Amino acid sequence: MIGLGFLYLVAGVTFASFSLLSVTQVPRRPGNALFYALIAVSFLLGDRLGDFGNGVLVLAIVAVATLGRMGFRDRTQQPVEPRGPMLFVPALVIPVTALAGTFAFAEVPGFVDPKQVTLVSLTLGVILSLLICFAWLRPAPAEPFRQGTRLMDHIGWAAILPQMLASLGAVFALAGMGDIVGTLIGHIIPSGSILGAVVVYCLGMALFTVIMGNAFAAFPVMLTAIGLPLLIHTYGGAPARVAAIGMLAGFCGTLVTPMAANFNLVPAALLELRDRYGVIRAQVPTAIPLLLFNIALLYLVM
Amino acid sequence: MLVLAGIVVIAAGFMLRFNPLLVVIASALVTGLAAGLDPVTVIAAFGKAFNDSRYITIIYIVLPVIGILERHGLQTRARDLIGRVRGATMGRLLLVYLGFRQISAALGLTSIAGPAQTVRPLIAPMAEAAADTQSEGEGDPDQAKALAAATDNVGLFFGEDIFIAIGSILLMKGVLESDGIDLAPLDLSVWAIPTAIAAFVIHGTRLLFADRRLKRRPRKP
Repeated sequence: MIGLGFLYLVAGVTFASFSLLSVTQVPRRPGNALFYALIAVSFLLGDRLGDFGNGVLVLAIVAVATLGRMGFRDRTQQPVEPRGPMLFVPALVIPVTALAGTFAFAEVPGFVDPKQVTLVSLTLGVILSLLICFAWLRPAPAEPFRQGTRLMDHIGWAAILPQMLASLGAVFALAGMGDIVGTLIGHIIPSGSILGAVVVYCLGMALFTVIMGNAFAAFPVMLTAIGLPLLIHTYGGAPARVAAIGMLAGFCGTLVTPMAANFNLVPAALLELRDRYGVIRAQVPTAIPLLLFNIALLYLVM
Repeated sequence: MLVLAGIVVIAAGFMLRFNPLLVVIASALVTGLAAGLDPVTVIAAFGKAFNDSRYITIIYIVLPVIGILERHGLQTRARDLIGRVRGATMGRLLLVYLGFRQISAALGLTSIAGPAQTVRPLIAPMAEAAADTQSEGEGDPDQAKALAAATDNVGLFFGEDIFIAIGSILLMKGVLESDGIDLAPLDLSVWAIPTAIAAFVIHGTRLLFADRRLKRRPRKP
């Protein structure tokens, strides 16, 4: 059955190629090469390293990213033999394969791990698209990976930040961070005020999401601290509405925090924005009114 | 109480602009030690979580394809295409993309679009080209690109919760279940619809206002 093992193999080989090309191309970038090599090791051998081994691997990745003097190449390059509008075809093959695969593999169970069906389909789309590029554009065998390395260099260490933050969340959970924050926030609710409880619940979801970078980490904490005891059990709120709208209030927090690196910092790097926080700045004016909407909605329908 | 020091480390580290990777690992160590765990346990816990969340970093496998297509002029083609559509503006383009992203995410198709898959190769260059035409070359190209990435996020966040089998819905179901409240995923996902509509209206309005600002700019002295 095709599952995460296959995905990690593809990702590991891709990062290994980035690493190899970082030392073989001039100017050589040994810092980048080491960084990509360690990520490739994580993808290819992570399951054999053991927990502590993986922890040491993370420390090595952080050391290289901090001390390794990573850099990127000039981006000014003229397109070689510009092609016509057919260029959209390989680009669209990726989402279309992801879409078609998601539905097709649901029809034939047992072939692809049902939990990973979209990611597997996406990966197959990437491979298919790459084959089309090779057949049609006839680049040198290493050329796509050379171009991939160029884009990857622009993202740099930010590439691994989302995975690091997810792991930090696990350590926070182990240390019981959620309960402590939940108790603290629970103390500041004015007693007897439904509106006060709704406001603290929604703002707390958003704020805790800002800190953790992830509404998933904030949700169990805020629901246990305020949602269940006050909104649901004391004021009789409908559980589905309290939960669903609370989660969406948390998503408003995701829009404004650098801790949600994969949504906010990586795109800024990928688009080569001058301002690292440019995407966040573009989202704040949507996030604030939407958070107010969620507070009002929950108060009205609870 | 001491474990809150982990949050202080994160906030201070980001504010003082240390390398965020270093800040994260420092916060993990401080949090773990404050909770009375020994350093080896903290590093092992971090390593296990890192290994379990590798799927987050898979998306970069699309870069070789995007890179080779850009080398052959994909972004230029995207710009040309938007230039040929009559009445196309940055705001309208992104409004259509917002709707597409919300609806596809609501059908559970969260990975078919994203910063690497669609925004960098297609949507950002199109938005940039449209904004450039509207402001007669006076606009800030970064603004259009940032707004394109923002639109992708808003569409994803406020669409995906309508899908019944998405992670957040399953998480809500699980947490409520542990308190003895049994809900069907559909009960939860219908309550994502009002906020999805509000997100479309609020962000969509901003996009159309951004168009008006672009048009006004060249007339200023």
